[in-house]
Amino acid sequence: MAVTVRIPTVLRKHTDGQATVEGTGGTVTELFDDLAGRHEGLTQAITDDEGGLAGFINVYLNDEDIRFLDGPRTEVRDGDELALLPAVAGGSRRGVMAGGSG
Amino acid sequence: MTTVPIQGSLDLPAAIRDQMLDHARSDVPYETCGLLGSDGQGQVRGHWPVANVDRSMTWFRMDPQDQLRAMKAMDAEDLEWSGIWHCHTHTEAFPSDTDIEQSKYWPGIVTVIVSLQDPDPIIRAYDITDGQVNERVLTVDGKDVAGSGV
Repeated sequence: MAVTVRIPTVLRKHTDGQATVEGTGGTVTELFDDLAGRHEGLTQAITDDEGGLAGFINVYLNDEDIRFLDGPRTEVRDGDELALLPAVAGGSRRGVMAGGSG
Repeated sequence: MTTVPIQGSLDLPAAIRDQMLDHARSDVPYETCGLLGSDGQGQVRGHWPVANVDRSMTWFRMDPQDQLRAMKAMDAEDLEWSGIWHCHTHTEAFPSDTDIEQSKYWPGIVTVIVSLQDPDPIIRAYDITDGQVNERVLTVDGKDVAGSGV
C-alpha cells in the first residue's frame, strides 16, 4: 500500500497523463523525493529552489491543507490521499488601479 | 472593446452559461469564479462555482477546498479540467495584466471572463500562452454570441 497523489490536469504532462500516482515515504517531503524517481518533472514543478513547496501549489492531505498541519514535514501513512492544486487567482485589479478597463 | 487575434472556439451549453451568470451575479460587486470541465472531445460538460476567498471587487482567489471538491467531481465524472472563469464586475471581459501574469500557472486551460459592467453581461474566452492572448469564438449551444449580451 502507498500514498495516492491526485494530479491536476496542468501537471499531468509529468505523469504520462495519469490523474493519480502512488508513492511512499514517511513525510510529504519524502513522498515527493520518492515521486522524483519516477516523475522528476513533477517534483521539480511543485518545489522551489530550496526544496520547499512552490508558492503556487496547494497541497491537501486527506482534505486538509498541509500548511495548517506540519507543512512539508507533515507525516503521511499508507492509504492517505494527497492532492496537488494550483492556486488559482487573478482579477481586474490592475485595470481598475490604472483607471482603465480590462 | 479590446480585441486580440481570434483562434479556435469554445462552446458553452446554455445551462452552464446560466449557472455561470447566476454565480457571477450572486455576490456583486465582488468578483466570483468557477471551474469548467470538458469531455474527451473538448466539449464543456461540467461547471463548478467556486468561492472567492478574498471577496474583492478587483481580485479573486479560488477557495482551494471548493477547487478540491470540483477536481474530485471531474475525475469521478471522467471530465478534464479545461477552463477557469471569473467575473469582472466593473471592467470589460478582457484579461487584466494580473490575469495574464497568473495564467502561467495553468497552461492549456481556457480563461473565460464574464463582465457585468453593462446591463447585459458579456462572456469572452481566451487562450493565454507566455503572455500572448488569443480569443476564442464563444458559442452557446452552438450559436455565435460574439459582441452581444449572452
